[in-house]
Formats: sequence, C-alpha cells, structure tokens
Amino acid sequence: MAKKLPKVDVVIVGVGWAGGIIAAELTKQGLNCVGLERGKERKTEDYFMVHDELRYALRYELMQDLSKETITFRGNEKIRALPMRQYGSFLLGDGLGGSGVHWNGQTYRFLPYDFEIRSKTIERYGEKKIPKDMTIQDWGITYDELEPYFDKFEKMAGISGEENPLGGKRSNPYPTPPMKTTPSLEKFKKAATNLKLHPYNRPSANLSEAYTNPDGVSRAACQYCAYCERFGCEYGAKADPVVTVLPVAKKTGKFEIRTHSNVRRVLKTGNKATGVLYVDTTTGEEIEQPADIVVLTSYVFNNVRLLLQSGIGRPYDPKTGTGVIGKNYAYQVQKGSATGFFEKEEFNTYAGAGSLGMVIDDYNGDNFDHSKLNFIHGGSIAISQTGLRPIASNVVPKGTPSWGKEFKANSIKYANRTLSVGGQGSSMPFKHHYLDLDPTYKDEFGDPLVRITYDFEEQDRQLAKYLTERCVDIMKEMGADRIDSMNELGPYDITTYQSTHNTGGVIMGADPNTSAVNNYMQMWDAENVFVIGATAFAHNGGYNPTGTVGALSYRAAEGILSYKQKGGILA
Amino acid sequence: MPENTNHQEKNESLTRRRFLKSSGIALGGLAVGGALGSLIPFKEKTNVENVKSKKTENYNLALMYFTQEQFRMVEAATERIFPADDNGPGAKDLGVAYFIDHQLSGDWGFNSREYMQPPFFKGEKVQGYQGRIRRREIFDIGLRELQNHSLTKYKKNFIDLSEEEQDDVLTDFAEDKVNLTTISASGFFTMLRSSTLEGAYSDPLYSGNRNMEGWKMRNYPGSQMAYTDVIDKKFTVIPPVSLKDHLGH
Repeated sequence: MAKKLPKVDVVIVGVGWAGGIIAAELTKQGLNCVGLERGKERKTEDYFMVHDELRYALRYELMQDLSKETITFRGNEKIRALPMRQYGSFLLGDGLGGSGVHWNGQTYRFLPYDFEIRSKTIERYGEKKIPKDMTIQDWGITYDELEPYFDKFEKMAGISGEENPLGGKRSNPYPTPPMKTTPSLEKFKKAATNLKLHPYNRPSANLSEAYTNPDGVSRAACQYCAYCERFGCEYGAKADPVVTVLPVAKKTGKFEIRTHSNVRRVLKTGNKATGVLYVDTTTGEEIEQPADIVVLTSYVFNNVRLLLQSGIGRPYDPKTGTGVIGKNYAYQVQKGSATGFFEKEEFNTYAGAGSLGMVIDDYNGDNFDHSKLNFIHGGSIAISQTGLRPIASNVVPKGTPSWGKEFKANSIKYANRTLSVGGQGSSMPFKHHYLDLDPTYKDEFGDPLVRITYDFEEQDRQLAKYLTERCVDIMKEMGADRIDSMNELGPYDITTYQSTHNTGGVIMGADPNTSAVNNYMQMWDAENVFVIGATAFAHNGGYNPTGTVGALSYRAAEGILSYKQKGGILA
Repeated sequence: MPENTNHQEKNESLTRRRFLKSSGIALGGLAVGGALGSLIPFKEKTNVENVKSKKTENYNLALMYFTQEQFRMVEAATERIFPADDNGPGAKDLGVAYFIDHQLSGDWGFNSREYMQPPFFKGEKVQGYQGRIRRREIFDIGLRELQNHSLTKYKKNFIDLSEEEQDDVLTDFAEDKVNLTTISASGFFTMLRSSTLEGAYSDPLYSGNRNMEGWKMRNYPGSQMAYTDVIDKKFTVIPPVSLKDHLGH
C-alpha cells in the first residue's frame, strides 16, 4: 500500500526545461508545486572536472542509466522490436535539469510554415503534394500567436543572436548580441553571401556576454571552452534549468523538488487525474502524491509511456489511424552534409561553443519552391564550431583505411584541417511511425518499455540528397581542396549518433479527434492533465526543438493558471 | 618534468584569474554561477624545490584485468592499429593497453549502465548490439581467437608475428574472414579500434595518452578553461593541460 502524502496544487513529473518553466511561472503566482525528478540533484559545482571527453561524451555520465530503462526499436511492424542496449542515435537525459543540462544551446523558433504546414502546403502546391500516408497536420496555433512566448523564453535564457532574415517576425531583438564570428564561420558567411543566400549567427543559449534576466538571475559569459553537448557548463554560461528557472521557483518557497523519485502512474478517477504514484528509488518505497493538476514534463518517451500505462487518452492505432497517444512520432534527417579538407589552412576547431555557428534558412520550411521536388519542408544548413574533441573526431578523406599507419597519419594531418557544413533536415510524420508499449521488454519496475516503430521514407531520402548537394555547393565556395559527402541516406540506424530531437506522441492541435492536447498543452480527454515537451510537435522542423519547447511551456503555464481559476477545457 | 608542471600550473592560474576578470559575472541579483568560486586551483603557489625533491612513481602501470599474455597481445594489436610514426608515439608507448585493461575492470567492462535484460534475439544490424556477452568476455574470447588464428595461419603466437603478419591477422578479423561462433570477429575488432583511440586521446587520468603525447601530436590543447583569447584568431598552438592541472598539483 503506497504512502499517501497531503495534496498539492500541482505535481510536475520531470524537472527539465518544461518542468522548470512551469514551476517558476506557477509558484510566482502562488501555486504550491512539487517536482518529481527520477535522477539526482545537479549543480554547477559538479562540473569542475567536466572537460573529460571519455567520461561525459563516450561513457554518458549525464545520461539515463540504460540498465534500468531504455526503449525498443524496429524499422517496421514486420520486425521484432529489440531494446536499445547501448547509446547511439540519441541521448536520454537524467537528473535535475534533464536534457536541458547536456544540450548545445541552439535556440531556434520554428518557422511560421511549421505551425500551419498542412494548410500552407495545400495552399501552394495542392493536396496531391502530400503523400497518402504522410500525416502532417496544423498545430492548432500560429507562429504569431506563439511569438510572445518565444520572446519570453529567449529573455529568460538570455539568447545571443541576430535576426534571421528568413524567419518569422520578431517583436523584439535577441536579448544579447551574437557570439563571436570565427574564421571558419566567416568563411561560411562569405561563401553563402556569394551564393546569394542569407547567413546569420546561430541563436545561442551560450551567453555572448554577462546577462541578468527579467527574473533577476545573473549569469557569466561563455568562454568557448568547447565542452557543451553531453557536458554541463561549469560557468553557468549555457542556459539550463538549474541556473535559470529552478532558482526562481525555489526562491518563492512554494516549490519542492524531490529527486530520486520515479513516477510510474498518473492516477485518475473518471476523466480527471487525482495525482501520481512514484517510487523513491533510494528506498524502494511507493508514494502517492495527490494533486489538483498533473503536469507531465518528462522526455518524449516517458510522457507517452506514462499516459499509455495509466490509461489516459486514446492509444493510437496505426491500422486505422485513429487514437492519439503515440501518434506522429518524428525524428530528423541529419546526414545531409559535406566535409571539406583544407590543405593549406588550419583552424582552431578544438575551441568552440555548443551554439557557435552560422546558419542559412534558404532551404528550410517552405522558403524555397518545392514544385519540382519530391519532398516537402527542408532543413537549416549550418557550419558549427562546437569544438572537435580528439576521440570522437578523427576525420580522414574517404578511401583512407580505418586503422593502421595511413589512418593515423591522415587523422593527425587533418585534425585541424577539416570543416563541415551540415543540414538539419525536418522529419514528417507517417501513419506507420508511432510509439506504443513493448509487449516483451520491461524496465527495472517491470513496466513495459516504449517501442519505436520508425524508418526513413522516400521523403527523407530525397531531402537528405538535396541538403547534401546544397552543403557541397557551399563547401566548394568556401574553397575546400577536397569534399566528402553522403552518397545515400540508407535505413534509419539506431547505433550511430544523429540527433536527440525525438518528437511527437502527444501532439497538439485544434481537433480532439486528431490531437491529444490543445494549444495550452491541456489534454482533451483529461482536463487537469497538461503534457508539455516536444511530444506536442505534430511533426519535426529543421531546427533544434528547445526554443519551441520553451515557448510551448510558457504558453502552457498561462493555460494552467487560467485552468486553476476557471476550470474546463481552455481552447 | 617538475619545472614544466609548475609552469603549466602558473599558466592555468592565470587563465582562471583572467576568466574571473573577463567573464564580467555580475554580482548581486540571483547569482547562479556556482562553480566560479571554485575555479581557482586548490594550491596557488607551489614551491619549486618541493616539487623537485618529490619524484612521483606511476603506480598505475599494473594490471586490473588482463593476464600478462592478454596484455602483451593487446599492446601488439593496438600498436598495429595506431603505430608509432614520424608524428609521435604509437599505442604501446601511449599506454593504450593499460587504458583498456583498466576500463575493462570497471563499469564499461561489465556493461553495467547498459540494458542487459533477456530475452536475447538476433536483430537487424540497425538495431545495435543484442548479445548477452559483456565486454570483458568479448575481449577474452576475441584475444583467444586472435591467438588461435595466428597459430593456424602462421604457426606462431600473435606477438611473435611480423608486423605484416599481424596486420594480416587483424584484417581477417576486421573483415569477418574468421568464423567465430560466440562473438562477431569484426565486432571485436571495432571495439579494439575504438578503445585504442580512447586510450590514445582520453585524459591521462585514465592511464593512456601518456604525458599527453597523444594530444601533442595533433596540437590538441587538452582541458583548457577558456578559449576567449583565440576563438576568433587564426590557428594557434597551445601547450596542453590535463584534468590533473585543475586540482593544482
């Protein structure tokens, strides 16, 4: 029998970006919130020894312990799904701050096209442009409606950047100026400009200068130390929940964080949640936390898993296309890129920052004509200077053996002589790409793992090829002596790192029949349950998702406050 | 090289001070830059005489997992993967075999942070490793079979083969020309290759990358606190520092 605790206003499941934003916004308005985090406490002081590629990048120090819980994967329904036993394609965060701790800090706003993708595609190209099984739909919100929330997120995090010439309209400039333009970024900028493209400095959560945000939180400037993705920031210069929203929530005295608290079920009576059931992983004790409002803010896979396990919302059925929980899982197409080898020039590529980069959006969204192309949408193309570390980065020209004398000589020769231009391709949902519960494999508590059914489609192959060609064009203009690039996308392979931008499963929309949450992230089928994160994305765009997740979180916070007062379905 | 160590430490302290000066961290408000106070090394001043009089032995040059025979084979095999050349030392002199031995004795060798629950099924290549065998057992089997293959093909132990013969045996593994029942020959080779690079380039803390020679070969500056001074400049060679330097000794 679980121990039952006194009821609180709001229980938040997962204390990362979304959970932290909700906690800060609700406690500021006087609501009592409890945040349940399955991982451990994290603080800036933890990262004194963080410049350790082996420990953090290759042994996944900050990531979820897969021995306790993972996901299973299959390319299609005819194959038996098998567990992801080791990390590869994407990383799952763990601990206070979640994936918001180990991110790079690349903070974009999805394009206006993204939010109305179906309408706008039909409007410009006709309905026939959309393949039969491609289940794109509008998000139930427009860019203009979401703009104030983007603005709020950017001010809170202190995003450093300059206006994207092809992006949505902004109400305000970025709160801090762009990061430095390095020689390699300059090279890209010049080449892109020569090609009549529109380069801009990547919006960055690694502060370009010291900044105090509207909540009064002060943070230091980024030192370009080159240890961002997979690492925590020892300076607090990279915005993460631990150095931004969580101290604000704590200061109110109304936020209690319980770490080592793994939520297994959302409890319900009728169509309303009554609280959650969790395990204190240090003692094994089962605890019930009753609450008026339940907010799910864990990573994509656990948001979906918790709902399916708790019997909340209608599970998606890929045969009929009905139901919503698990629907429209999407990923990204990252392999369209070009690597340039420079014989006469070396670069400080050992230095960098997670968001240091120069970007073009000329081939993103619907910024270019798709009439004669066999795909929709596109991707951002960028040069990134995140810092090349020596274990993971041993780029050699194609044709070099992968070991031995020639490999060693080339890997050392080119250690500081390669630059890469890469496309971040969007990912469209398909009827047969979805998340559900695995029938065989279990987590440490005996609960089923989430199962991913997903593979690249013709849309993705065409897109990857197109982005590769554009990357090669730019790299040529940059003057590389030799260029290597992708030949063919191949099937989706879970073993090599691509992107931690998994999306969908609890998507937002205007119609309860085709979406799980409304545009306040409120569940249509359980009005006091809010599900926030990239789970709400009805497809995945050509950008990193966090900026959009942040905006949706601020939107949801407003919705929760309004629901607390008035009740009922908000939209 | 005690003088050198001391020199690096001074540089390091300077870098940290410069950071504290240049970061422009605004005090007051809700300060969250928690590590800032601890960025200065523990000991700021080291008596040069003191350092000179204390000769430090490296007690890490011992084995936690491998037998002596396994250790010699790993030394020889990794040297073929990453040989000494005009650029600098190879895997053997970088301590790569010690690195792999020490890694196998811990979490990584036991796959302890990976999902190892049954049932085990053979999957598609894109589904990743699905075996029940853990890394230290893969090394046991892989090395045993490397020896067997050498004996079958050349009638000699692996370590007694010429460099060309060792390359040939390793190529047979890399290209799955050896048929093993329990593990994949190329899977073992891939692991050997990736752990060789890890041993050559991880922080010397882990017993490889001896004297940071791996980093020096490719002008990698190691664990620097800040690159604000060079980030927008032309290529700059910076002498490397390791995590040890962060503790100020």
